[in-house]
Amino acid sequence: MNIHEYQAKELFKKYNVPTLRGHIAFTPDEAVKAAQELGGSIWVVKAQIHAGGRGLGGGVKLAKSTSEVREMAAQILGMQLVTHQTGPEGKLVQKVYIEEGADIKKEYYLGLLLDRALEMPIMMASTEGGMAIEEVAHNTPEKIIKVSIDPLTGFQSFHGRKLAFGLGLPVEEINTFIKFAAALYRVYMDHDAEMIEINPLVKTGDGKFLALDAKMGFDNNALYRQNQVNEMRDLSEEEPTEIEADKYGLSYIKLDGNVGCMVNGAGLAMGTMDTINYEGGKPANFLDVGGSASAETVAKGFDIILKDPNVKAIFVNIFGGIVRCDRVANGIIEATKITNVNVPVIVRLDGTNAIEAAEILKNAGIANIVAATDLADGARKAVAAAKGE
Amino acid sequence: MSILVNKDTKVIVQGFTGKEGTFHAEQCMAYGTKIVGGVTPGKGGQEHLGQPVFNTVAEAVASTGATVSMIFVPPAFVSDAVMEAADAGIALAVIITEGAPVKDMMFAKAYAVKKDMMTIGPNCPGIITAEECKIGIMPGFIFKKGNIGLISKSGTLTYESANQVVKEGFGITTAVGIGGDPIIGLSYKQLLPMFEADPETHAIVMIGEIGGDLEIQAAAYIKEHITKPVVAFIAGQTAPAGKRMGHAGAIISGGAGTAAEKMAALEAAGVKVVVSPADIGKALAEVMKK
Repeated sequence: MNIHEYQAKELFKKYNVPTLRGHIAFTPDEAVKAAQELGGSIWVVKAQIHAGGRGLGGGVKLAKSTSEVREMAAQILGMQLVTHQTGPEGKLVQKVYIEEGADIKKEYYLGLLLDRALEMPIMMASTEGGMAIEEVAHNTPEKIIKVSIDPLTGFQSFHGRKLAFGLGLPVEEINTFIKFAAALYRVYMDHDAEMIEINPLVKTGDGKFLALDAKMGFDNNALYRQNQVNEMRDLSEEEPTEIEADKYGLSYIKLDGNVGCMVNGAGLAMGTMDTINYEGGKPANFLDVGGSASAETVAKGFDIILKDPNVKAIFVNIFGGIVRCDRVANGIIEATKITNVNVPVIVRLDGTNAIEAAEILKNAGIANIVAATDLADGARKAVAAAKGE
Repeated sequence: MSILVNKDTKVIVQGFTGKEGTFHAEQCMAYGTKIVGGVTPGKGGQEHLGQPVFNTVAEAVASTGATVSMIFVPPAFVSDAVMEAADAGIALAVIITEGAPVKDMMFAKAYAVKKDMMTIGPNCPGIITAEECKIGIMPGFIFKKGNIGLISKSGTLTYESANQVVKEGFGITTAVGIGGDPIIGLSYKQLLPMFEADPETHAIVMIGEIGGDLEIQAAAYIKEHITKPVVAFIAGQTAPAGKRMGHAGAIISGGAGTAAEKMAALEAAGVKVVVSPADIGKALAEVMKK
């Protein structure tokens, strides 16, 4: 789960990670009011969406008067902001963050994430602030300094020194930087964050560091104990079908092909997509129905898959282990009664009680249900059906 | 022979008396696994499924001599359960629970390593030595005894692969579902040498997926140390970048962790890599003919 910049900065403030003052606004009027409250003579109007690259897409603008604040807020609010992370359709901007201006002397990058190979968090810093870190890593890897932080000991000053000297900071700024980095590590650990990215981290004219931007993602498995983070969840930033699927214990991701898939298990679900691709088709979605595959979940699965008008056929691929295939077969038949399935459904059931299941499906005599013998056969039949063959 | 577990392995269950623990412990016992007891704090002294229940893992180990623990406790209590097992001298913890926070597993794994305890999982189907010992939730009947070792991040792909292996006339020595979370216990790199050293295992099937670089590490290891034939499939060739595909660890981030790079690394290491998971059995038959 991700949160907005302004929300991440709220968490930062609680841990004394320096940020600029700012207010959130939903209308141009509110934007002007926010600017007046902040005072000063320069403000930044920032689109709040869950994607990076907002500045390049025209979602971050500098205003030198309150009338400019109004003008820019009016421009940005309601726009479909397109960045390299949103896809071509972009994302609707529903709120802007009005922030005071800053005297920026230099921009850096600072990030924290889990290193899966080391099995501990790593903090990364770079002098190439404001650039996409993936590009820096690819083109000039020597410009990224990394320290791994053993969770059993936590963040130590030497971690901070290694980063600070690596960035070439003058000696009198080292301690300020270490304090900043140590506080950021506490934000990361205390909130079960998956990643924090500050790009750019800026040094001001008076030698202070502050988070000019802030991006945070969280471990979904830990949300049950992160009430504050949960309250920050913005459902309007997430795919409605994915949210609906989640309510029913289904894991769904929409793709751009025309062969719908319903599978038990995440690995087999990906494997099924790959098989469809291998057989010359294109998968319309990823859908893991989980362990139970009951009539209700299967029916809900059909509903969600068929919300996508591109779907021309559905491949149901279930490998029954603890779930018995005969139950799944009955579930599929029940599901076709609950919901209207108007495309061919290719069904492959293997594993526990597969023979009984095949019999049940045959006897049901439903015209658009086609039985498949194995994974390859099912994928082939589904691809052919989607092509209208 | 086999790896890690066999018909003599003594197993306790943490979360023994819960719904999941009870159901699967029963299934494991029916398969032949020596479940010698279980742990549910507060229920010590009772009997469950004909076996003793203990308040602590330490008591269970002292009383039964168990070396392996199968863990079914809810996600919020997993790290505590793993650390308790490590502290009690358990040699291998098989963590079935799905949904454990990553931070908790980070601490639990570090502690387990310190205490010399191996772990499998979390969020995995477990481990099975065919026709001897099942510690997990897999349907046992698929795993006929034979000469193929199996390592997989995914549960249902483990079943799919084992089924294909058996349909081609082969069988399984041991199959290990290592789980698809960002932090897991035993991985390819630790399990491959065990299969290499096991005289009964003649070839290895490995199933990976997008995200992380465990498969890349495996490829480097195979190139240097593995003489037995290896067949591999990497799930998620058609997965979009930045989206989490069901498993917490299955995500392509910043262009890294793609199926393509993993497949290329494995191929360069001499592994027979299949593009379609439907071809795992056929590919295995091919490499076994050579």
